[in-house]
Amino acid sequence: MARPNDIKYLTNSKAEKRPKKYCRLKKYGIKYIDYKDPNFLKKFLNEQGKLLPRRITGNTLKFQRKVSDAVKKARQMAILPYVTDLLK
Amino acid sequence: MNNYELMVIFTPVLSEEEFKAAQKKYTDLVTANSGNVLHSNPWGLKSLAYPIQKKTTGLYWVLEYQAPSSFNEQLKIQLLRDEQMLRYLLTKLDKHAVEYNEKRRKGVLKTEKIEA
Repeated sequence: MARPNDIKYLTNSKAEKRPKKYCRLKKYGIKYIDYKDPNFLKKFLNEQGKLLPRRITGNTLKFQRKVSDAVKKARQMAILPYVTDLLK
Repeated sequence: MNNYELMVIFTPVLSEEEFKAAQKKYTDLVTANSGNVLHSNPWGLKSLAYPIQKKTTGLYWVLEYQAPSSFNEQLKIQLLRDEQMLRYLLTKLDKHAVEYNEKRRKGVLKTEKIEA
């Protein structure tokens, strides 16, 4: 029989709730993403300078498309590198 | 009439006067073709993220202008003929982008405050 003290062992303590992902487009009301601002765009890249997927950043599809367009423009104009190591 | 943004990378070997002359050449071209220049912003010498034509630095210049859409073909021809130009990017700006650029110029906008 489970006494009140035993209940904590029955539920997996590791399966805690993660903070819910949110989209920055909605939270901060961003309507235009500037390709000239590398510091902002770097938040959506990994260390090799690749775009992070939507399931990690939590962006909406609309925002993700804008981010990817801006990153590709910045890469063309040598503001961001195409391939690199240790971007951050 | 649409809003456009032109970004050009010039070769780093240009002197101060040559850089200004190159900028003037394109602003004059815009005004000569019934367009008007909204803002011109020379960034100056900046290191490139990767070498272009074996050069590791470039002179950046950003121009925001209003012009009829037929003008852009002429501008592209002039840019591609230019030996001093390393690379250019022409972007059409929507209303949000125009708003953003205006705010940016006034210094109201602080994009840095958004944390990762």
